[in-house]
Amino acid sequence: MPTVAPLDLDGHCVAAGFLQDIPFFALADGTIHRLDNGHRQAQAHDGLLCAAFDGATRLLTGGEDGKVVATRAGGESETLGETPRKWIGAVASGPQGAIAWAAGRNATVRLADGTLKEFAHPRTAEGLAFAPKGLRLAVARYNGATLHFPNAQGKPTELEWGGAHTGVTFSPDGNFLVTAMQENALHGWKLADGKHMRMTGYPAKVKSLSWSAKGRWLASSGAPAAILWPFQGKDGPMGKAPLELGTRGDTMVTAVSCHPSDDIVAIGYADGMVLAARFTDSREVLLRRAGKGAVTTMNWDSGGQRLAFGGEEGQCGVIDISA
Amino acid sequence: MSQTATAPAASTAAAQIPVTVLTGYLGSGKTTLLNRILSNTQGKRYAVIVNEFGEIGIDNDLIVESDEEIYEMNNGCVCCTVRGDLVRVVEGLMRRPGRFDAIVVETTGLADPAPVAQTFFMDEDVRAKTRLDAVVALVDAKHLPLRLKDSKEAEDQIAFADLVVLNKLDLVTPEELAKVEATIRAINPTARIHKTERSGVALESVLDQGAFDLKRVLEDDPHFLDADDHHHDHDHECGPDCNHDHHGHDHGHHHHHGEVSDIHDISVRSVSLRAGEMDPKKFFPWIEKITQIDGPNILRLKGIIAFKGDPDRYVLQGVHMIMEGDHQRPWKDGEAHESRLVFIGRELDEEKLRRTFDACRA
Repeated sequence: MPTVAPLDLDGHCVAAGFLQDIPFFALADGTIHRLDNGHRQAQAHDGLLCAAFDGATRLLTGGEDGKVVATRAGGESETLGETPRKWIGAVASGPQGAIAWAAGRNATVRLADGTLKEFAHPRTAEGLAFAPKGLRLAVARYNGATLHFPNAQGKPTELEWGGAHTGVTFSPDGNFLVTAMQENALHGWKLADGKHMRMTGYPAKVKSLSWSAKGRWLASSGAPAAILWPFQGKDGPMGKAPLELGTRGDTMVTAVSCHPSDDIVAIGYADGMVLAARFTDSREVLLRRAGKGAVTTMNWDSGGQRLAFGGEEGQCGVIDISA
Repeated sequence: MSQTATAPAASTAAAQIPVTVLTGYLGSGKTTLLNRILSNTQGKRYAVIVNEFGEIGIDNDLIVESDEEIYEMNNGCVCCTVRGDLVRVVEGLMRRPGRFDAIVVETTGLADPAPVAQTFFMDEDVRAKTRLDAVVALVDAKHLPLRLKDSKEAEDQIAFADLVVLNKLDLVTPEELAKVEATIRAINPTARIHKTERSGVALESVLDQGAFDLKRVLEDDPHFLDADDHHHDHDHECGPDCNHDHHGHDHGHHHHHGEVSDIHDISVRSVSLRAGEMDPKKFFPWIEKITQIDGPNILRLKGIIAFKGDPDRYVLQGVHMIMEGDHQRPWKDGEAHESRLVFIGRELDEEKLRRTFDACRA
């Protein structure tokens, strides 16, 4: 039976996950909480807007205070970037110790040695993601995405698709780029030939994306079920129907997180419920009963035994499925 | 007892943060009004979103600067635009809702007010957590004629406004004022006009207006569209407040601004329609078709419709192609069951609107 260790905090949880198996929770009020032999907390920002886990080593956060902060498993933190008076709208971690953040129309890459490379765009840089290999940064923007190569000279690659793109992710094999849009849709590009992939039909905006083990499926929120697009073939999900898991009639999926090794996805809902569903037979297991407030974020630990979750009303915690 | 019926609606409304949008050219007094709002808070705390820092500082703890960014939606509708920057900032602000009780958006002088207003209707997340309270246009009485000559935005801002604060009265003669006022009325016959100096308008007539609240919209406007009684030509219509705002003028309520005939720098006009009871089976397909086809030209629409056999007033309001309608309240005893509808826009075909509206009569 799964067991839930709740951690009731005060405020919207932006990111929940693990650093070296220590549960971390980043809240919109700028506090970062960790469960390391008891509940500890630190004030990282005056207002925290975005967060990304850099593997299991650092939690990157960006805030209303214009700061980009990296927090390590032991709680020690350092400020890696600062853009006074601007909101940091997105942060991302990349290979070779590189990180990136977005402030207004600029995206900044900070290499491991501290070198900064700034990329300006005609419109706001809304979402950021690094490719899994090499050093390539994707920026989601109005009417498409831009790919930068911070270590190389030359022009960036522009991927065009009409509409506002607000989030972005690379497939783990680096062959596909997928954006979430202001309208209720995902858009994808096969990077080898620029072929488009339209993934539509969502009743709400897609705010949570998660790749399954080996990048075989891309799970998404934004519907009464978790929607999983098949990425096993060389053309991605084109012409194929997605899997729908954990369908509920009365609420919406607000967060998804695929298990690191098994074909299982954790599904969080607008009413606070968390289920786990298996791809092969759609079997569901209840991990957490409905409570107040939507689930906003979930992440597994590296061994796939524990799931950290956070919600918009501050309802956070850790679910252990090993028992 | 009647409280029980309204309680659920009231509690939903309370959960949504009201948003006041201030439009107007640089120098029209926006920032002065904003600072007055912020310094007379009576315990209310505001989050302020600005698109440019003007020459006057804004005195507030929570100010967010955002770059104006218009997003067209991929639904084939050219007028379905939202402000991407507002979507982001409002989403960020609403994650820490305890910090403020209301939001004021100060737009640039050149801002198109339509995407600003539409953001609060089209984006589901923004709409769930906030409600647009009113669009307030600051107008510099002295410089408006010049602005109208050289920009479409000045006109749009007036056309979109629920409230026009006609500012800097101390700089104009009574004749200039009368002209400016007639021009504003010609562009927007439904807006309330508050005349003032140094942005000194009473704050309670700017804040908490519920101008987009279907339960309240038009309810406080006993003279809504009354000016149409006279069938005078389109650019000489009076609005709901005309009997309030004409103190000191020698004309009465239903008057022509006969002295003003040189309104030629405006392209926005309004069409006011009125009829008796309507047939809902004809009216709804008609209004949907009109807003679909003419939506890009319709800046605002407002109306009260009497449906045959319906004991309740039906109110509707729209911005371009977005339209909302709802039953408002029962018709009162002795109240004439009259349908009234006003379109504010460009290149409106008045004859067609009038004819097709009439065809919806019950």
